[in-house]
Amino acid sequence: MKRVYVNEEWCLGCHLCEIQCAFANSGETDMVKAFNNSEKKPISRITVEDGADDIHFAVSCRHCDTPWCVKGCITGALTVNDNGVVQIDETRCVGCRTCILMCPYGCLTVGHNKTLLKCELCVENAGGEPSCVQRCPNNAIVFEDRDGVL
Amino acid sequence: MSINFIYPEYEVVRNEKRCIKCRACERQCANEVHSYDQEFDCMEAQESQCVDCQRCVTLCPTNALKIVKTNNRYRENANWQQQTMEEIFRQADTGGVLLSSMGTPKDYPNYFDKILINASQVTNPPIDPLREPMESKVFLGKKLNKLEFDENDELLSEIPPQIELEMPIMFSAMSYGSISENAHKSLARAATELGICYNTGEGGLNQDLYQYGANTIVQVASGRFGVHRDYLNAGAAIEIKMGQGAKPGIGGHLPGKKIQEKVSRTRMIPVGVDAISPAPHHDIYSIEDLRQLIFSLKEATNYKKPVIVKIAAVHNVAAIASGIARSGADIISIDGFRGGTGAAPTRIRDNVGIPIELALAAVDQRLRDEKIRNDVSIVVGGSIRNSADVVKAIALGADAVYIGTAALLALGCHLCRTCHTGKCNWGIATQREDLVKRLNPDIGSRRLVNLVSAWNHEIMEMMGGMGINSIEALKGNRLMLRGIGMSAKELEIFGIAHAGE
Amino acid sequence: MLKKEGEIRIPSGCAISGIINKTGECSINGSSIVKSIAHMHDRSNGLGGGFAGYGIYPEYADQYAFHVFYEDMTAREETERYLDRYFEMVNLSRIPTRKHPRIKDEPQIWRYFVNPIFTLLQEEQEEIDEKQFIVETVFHINTFIKGAYIFSSGKNMGVFKAVGFPEDVGEFYRLEEYDAYSWTAHGRYPTNTPGWWGGAHPFALLDYSIVHNGEISSYDANRRFIEMFDYKCNLQTDTEVITYIIDYLNRKQGLNYENIAKIIAAPFWEEIKRMPEAEAKRITLFRNTFASLLITGPFSIILGFNGGFMALNDRLKLRSMVTGEKDNIVYIASEECAIRAICPDIENIWAPQGGEPIIVRVNR
Repeated sequence: MKRVYVNEEWCLGCHLCEIQCAFANSGETDMVKAFNNSEKKPISRITVEDGADDIHFAVSCRHCDTPWCVKGCITGALTVNDNGVVQIDETRCVGCRTCILMCPYGCLTVGHNKTLLKCELCVENAGGEPSCVQRCPNNAIVFEDRDGVL
Repeated sequence: MSINFIYPEYEVVRNEKRCIKCRACERQCANEVHSYDQEFDCMEAQESQCVDCQRCVTLCPTNALKIVKTNNRYRENANWQQQTMEEIFRQADTGGVLLSSMGTPKDYPNYFDKILINASQVTNPPIDPLREPMESKVFLGKKLNKLEFDENDELLSEIPPQIELEMPIMFSAMSYGSISENAHKSLARAATELGICYNTGEGGLNQDLYQYGANTIVQVASGRFGVHRDYLNAGAAIEIKMGQGAKPGIGGHLPGKKIQEKVSRTRMIPVGVDAISPAPHHDIYSIEDLRQLIFSLKEATNYKKPVIVKIAAVHNVAAIASGIARSGADIISIDGFRGGTGAAPTRIRDNVGIPIELALAAVDQRLRDEKIRNDVSIVVGGSIRNSADVVKAIALGADAVYIGTAALLALGCHLCRTCHTGKCNWGIATQREDLVKRLNPDIGSRRLVNLVSAWNHEIMEMMGGMGINSIEALKGNRLMLRGIGMSAKELEIFGIAHAGE
Repeated sequence: MLKKEGEIRIPSGCAISGIINKTGECSINGSSIVKSIAHMHDRSNGLGGGFAGYGIYPEYADQYAFHVFYEDMTAREETERYLDRYFEMVNLSRIPTRKHPRIKDEPQIWRYFVNPIFTLLQEEQEEIDEKQFIVETVFHINTFIKGAYIFSSGKNMGVFKAVGFPEDVGEFYRLEEYDAYSWTAHGRYPTNTPGWWGGAHPFALLDYSIVHNGEISSYDANRRFIEMFDYKCNLQTDTEVITYIIDYLNRKQGLNYENIAKIIAAPFWEEIKRMPEAEAKRITLFRNTFASLLITGPFSIILGFNGGFMALNDRLKLRSMVTGEKDNIVYIASEECAIRAICPDIENIWAPQGGEPIIVRVNR
């Protein structure tokens, strides 16, 4: 399946993917509105980790073939859809955070309403290429099929 | 500490309503202009550091930023303008020679803008390049004045080495060190894809780029950085750099802080040591010495590589070119005084040399008058800004052009003219790793390919309009040009008539 | 005041026609070619017409035949003084003409059959061969003697041209009195000339003569290149520069007409790619070495030379040109009507492709 991959050689650490991700999932059509018009700033599902020696790496859900988060989910809120995308059903999530503990990549986070927030490859919004991929200024984030390599 | 006389040149205008405080501007500014104030939850700007490179402006996701030139004015007058006064303040402060980057910003006449191109009407049909063949391939190098065949019609003459270009445009010399590895990679890959050449500049050739050798011109300059046998044999041609348009008569100085590990290895000099190119080649004090270097290089490469001699456009450029043509060079490249540079003394850049248009017209005519135009090809650079400039240069007599600044612009350069600081936010004129990685050669080479292909399309359109279907029929075809607003003397030098004539 | 040829570049459209007898027999009377070109009357505008005949001077076949226009007596005296010094004059006379109501302002038109004086030649210019010496004489007189213009300088051939429609020019020169194995003709349609006799076509140098229809866009590139090799493009016409290019490639470079066609109307790179390797290499070398001799823009030319002619279109075929054959006679013309006018039962009529030379050599 096509996944989001990051090439740290080109990741600048500008964190714009986070902004684009948060905006894309905010439901707003205007970025300024999304960030400045509400008490709660939208939260990104991708996180740029800034390391020493100017290493930057944007981390987002790997959509594992056998995802531990899904295994650990106590309510069945996390599922794998037909395309292999790991999805969250907010209405069923109770915010127990078991999935966060299980995730070996540290890709998961919690939203304003205490339920799980995770990358769903923008299937719910823009469609096509994930927003972080489309808007990365240095082509550091790509959306490719690499034969199951995570 | 004394008073700082100089008011910040630019103002950062931030639309607070649009700013979402994502801090991308802060992270992207190597000059540390932007910062976030936790207490007031807002972005601040240290405007004195701003060089107007536009990096923050282009990356701001909400278009909340713009940089404007300050309207704070000294009490200037026509003679003593703000810039002039500021330079005095700066020198009074530091006691140093003023340094600048890129081509002169001064308002000298640009003759390309005073030349108009012809088109066919009625007596001769224009040609549509989308429907008819249209050719832009050129060969650079010495042409034989006579082809000898034996009785079986087999060619006896030995053909001098040539460079074959799919279009008459090359990327001009910019050294590894003055620009980044990723900039070089972008140029090399684009040149390969386009079937043209890029030029290593005087900093040697990075090992990783030997694979692009067929589309590389390797340069030998007065510092001889990175010159060895494999290097000389690696490219399609060798260029001896005698001068540079932005700083004729001046050598080069790459500060030690730009000489990191990889640059050091490529240049064959220690890490952190200033790389100084002397003003002259110390083995070339006259034309006969140049001949020796040309033939040394030919010996070293088994007479397989054409040798280019690059000179700055100076007052007696025609005579110098004539001398070079008679010294065994295959190609002469002339760099006009509007040409770019990584760093040059401001006074030299703004006052020494002549525009490339005049130099080209003079050299081409002189070589024809002396009947030696066939002995060399002419490549010109120094502010070729668009495809019309290319067409005009070729009609004036050039075989091809070099583009440097235009190529850098394609890579992201916004002409902030502070290359000499080494803090290029676009990852071009810097060796700082965090900045270099900002230029992804996948993107850079694609943008260069786009640019040059676009120009080539436009060149073909203009040629088609003139009823010309191959670039060689445009070369030196000055009848296709007319001057506008030029004096009789200027027209005479260009060998063209005035519009309306 | 209008400027004449040589003072300004004058583009023109035209009609051309050519006839050749492959046997080399001088069987074609001048009236045939006049009739042929007359049928393309509308392709000329009365500002120039002319003819070149090959094999017309059998009794002086070994002498160079100079045809000269003089504007006045002084020019003639000065020219003859110059010729006297370097040449043995075998014969000189006015070229016979007849009064014609539509041919006006004729200059004095003279003809000289001359031999270069070799002793003089060797003394003064050792290394110059005979033909080069003729070329230099022509350039000298045309450039430096005011009012004199040599418009024909080959052996056993001659050019006849004037301001007027070509059919009138033919009558004026009494062409029915000449028989040739090959004729070419030209009717001119210049856009802005007062009409000058010397500017009419054919343009000739030595035994090369060119009639040309078209306006080449590569003119100045060609001119500035060829002028490096001691040619002077005094007239600033396409025909002049094409003649010099052919003289340069044929006489100085020793290239045959097939190769010359491949240089001035070079195959496209796309075609070259598809050629056998050796051929591709050769054409590439030509295109590289003689890049500035590529002629672009529309043209159809007939190049006459001793022993044959070559017709050639530009590589995009932007001008009409047809050819046909009947009983050893080959016809070429801008329009088919000009051929049918003199050979109604013409066979094998066809239009050569752009850049495809039609070379006819006579058997002798």
